[in-house]
Amino acid sequence: MEDISHLKHTPLRALHLSLGARMVPFAGYEMPVQYPDGVMKEHLHTRTAAGLFDVSHMGQVIVRPKSGKIEDAALALEKLVPVDVLGLGEGRQRYAIFTNAEGGILDDLMIANRGDHLFLVVNAACKDADFEHLKKGLSDSCEVTMLDDRALIALQGPHAEAVLGELWADVSAMRFMDVAEADLHDVTCIISRSGYTGEDGFEISIPSISAADVTQRLLEHPDVKPIGLGARDALRLEAGLCLYGNDIDTTTTPVEGAIEWAMQKARRAGGAREGGFPGADRILGQFAQGASRRRVGLKPEGRAPVRGGANLFADTEGKTLVGKVTSGGFGPTVDGPIAMGYVDATHTDNGTAVYAEVRGKYLPVVVTALPFVKQTYKR
Amino acid sequence: MLKFTDEHEWLKVEAGVATVGITEHAAGQLGDLVFVELPETGSTFAKGDTAATVESVKAASDVYCPLDGEIVEVNQAIVDDPSLVNSDPQGAAWFFKLKLADPNAADALLDEAAYKELVA
Repeated sequence: MEDISHLKHTPLRALHLSLGARMVPFAGYEMPVQYPDGVMKEHLHTRTAAGLFDVSHMGQVIVRPKSGKIEDAALALEKLVPVDVLGLGEGRQRYAIFTNAEGGILDDLMIANRGDHLFLVVNAACKDADFEHLKKGLSDSCEVTMLDDRALIALQGPHAEAVLGELWADVSAMRFMDVAEADLHDVTCIISRSGYTGEDGFEISIPSISAADVTQRLLEHPDVKPIGLGARDALRLEAGLCLYGNDIDTTTTPVEGAIEWAMQKARRAGGAREGGFPGADRILGQFAQGASRRRVGLKPEGRAPVRGGANLFADTEGKTLVGKVTSGGFGPTVDGPIAMGYVDATHTDNGTAVYAEVRGKYLPVVVTALPFVKQTYKR
Repeated sequence: MLKFTDEHEWLKVEAGVATVGITEHAAGQLGDLVFVELPETGSTFAKGDTAATVESVKAASDVYCPLDGEIVEVNQAIVDDPSLVNSDPQGAAWFFKLKLADPNAADALLDEAAYKELVA
C-alpha cells in the first residue's frame, strides 16, 4: 500500500471514509477515486440523476481592487489571461487560462464577477504557483487572497436543480455560468451553475466548518450519490473537456489546444483590448496563420481503450508519427473507448484515420468532433 | 488442486493443465472491467510473462502467466463481456488453460490459506 499519510485532507475526508471510499493521492491531497458502487455506476448515475463531487482540493482565490472599482481588478487580471474580464457582468462566470511568455498555458481557471471582487477557482496542482503569479502580477492594484477556509463541492446531473430546489433554494432562474449566493441548510454558499461533466449542474463553495453538514444532507436525498475522481475523469473526457497537465500545459497554446473560444473578440486582433497578455504575439500569430498541430477528439474503432501517451501514426506500421494521445479511456455513456490528443495540422479533419500504438499493435482511431456526449448546460 | 500466485492469479490444475484466472481480490481492486485481451491458443509463455491484459475505465493492467507452459484454450466469454470478470472471477470468468511445461511446478505456489493471508 502506498503511504498517503503526508497528504493534505479536505474537510470532507471523514465523510468519504464513512461512505467506503477508496482514497488515493491526487495533486497533494488524499481524495476519493471511487465509492463502493464503482466508476461505471457512479458515472451513469451522474448522467441520469445527480452526482456529488468533493473538489475542495481546488484553489479558491479572491482578487479585490484597492480602488474599490471592479473594472480595475478586471483590467489588471487581463494582463495575465487572454480573456475578456472587463466585459464579464456581475454575477457571471467565465472560463480562462493563464498564459506564459511563449504562449503556453500555466493553468486553466474560472473567473467570476462577484460585484466588488473577482472570485477565481484554479487547479489544485497549480494553486500555489497561481497564487504567486497573481500576487506578482496584481499586487499594485489588488489584494489577492487564497481562501483556505472554504470547501468546494459539485452537484452535477439532470436532477441537480430539482434537488437544490427541494432541499433549500430555488435556483431555476440561474443560467449556465451564473454565480449567486444562496443559503443551503442555513449556510450562505456561493453557487455557480457550471461543472466538469458536460451535465447541467452546480459548483458550491461552502465555509469549511459547514461543508460536511451540507454535503451529508445532499447525500440523504435519494437522487444524489457520491462520485469519485475515476468517474469524474470519464465524465469530463466524454464532455470533451481538457484536464490541465494532460491535454493542455505549458507546451501547448490555446490555439493548439482548440480552446480559442475562451478568447473573446475584445482580446483578439482588431479587438478593443487586443493582446496585452503573456505570449500574445505567438497566440495571435497562430490565430492568423493556424498552428502546426491541434487537439482533436479520437474514437478508437475497436473495443480496446487507447490511453494517454500512446503515439499516433498515419500508417499501420508505425512509420509516420502524426501525434499523441493526451487523455484516453472508456466512456461508460458512449459504451466504448474514447480519447483526445494532438495531431499535426494535416490530420485534423473529422473522419481522418490514424493509428494508435498499443502494446505493439497499431489500432485504428478516427478523428472525431468533441464532445462525445451532448452537453446539457442550461443556457 | 487450487493454487494462487502473489500476483493474484488462481490456478486449478487437472492432469497437467491449469485453468487460470484472476482472484476475487484482484477483480475488486481493478474495478469495473471494460476490455480483456487474451493470448492466442498455441502460444507459449514463461512464468512471469504478460499473458493477458485487462482494462478498467481508468487503467490497463497485465495478467501474468503463473508458470511456464502453452496456451491450449482461452475463454472468449470474458472478451465478449468483460464484466463477467467482476461478477464471477473465480468461476465462469477464467482466462485461459495452460498446459504446464512441468506438471509438478504448481506444487510450489500458494495454497488457498496462504493466499488469503497475503491479501488479508
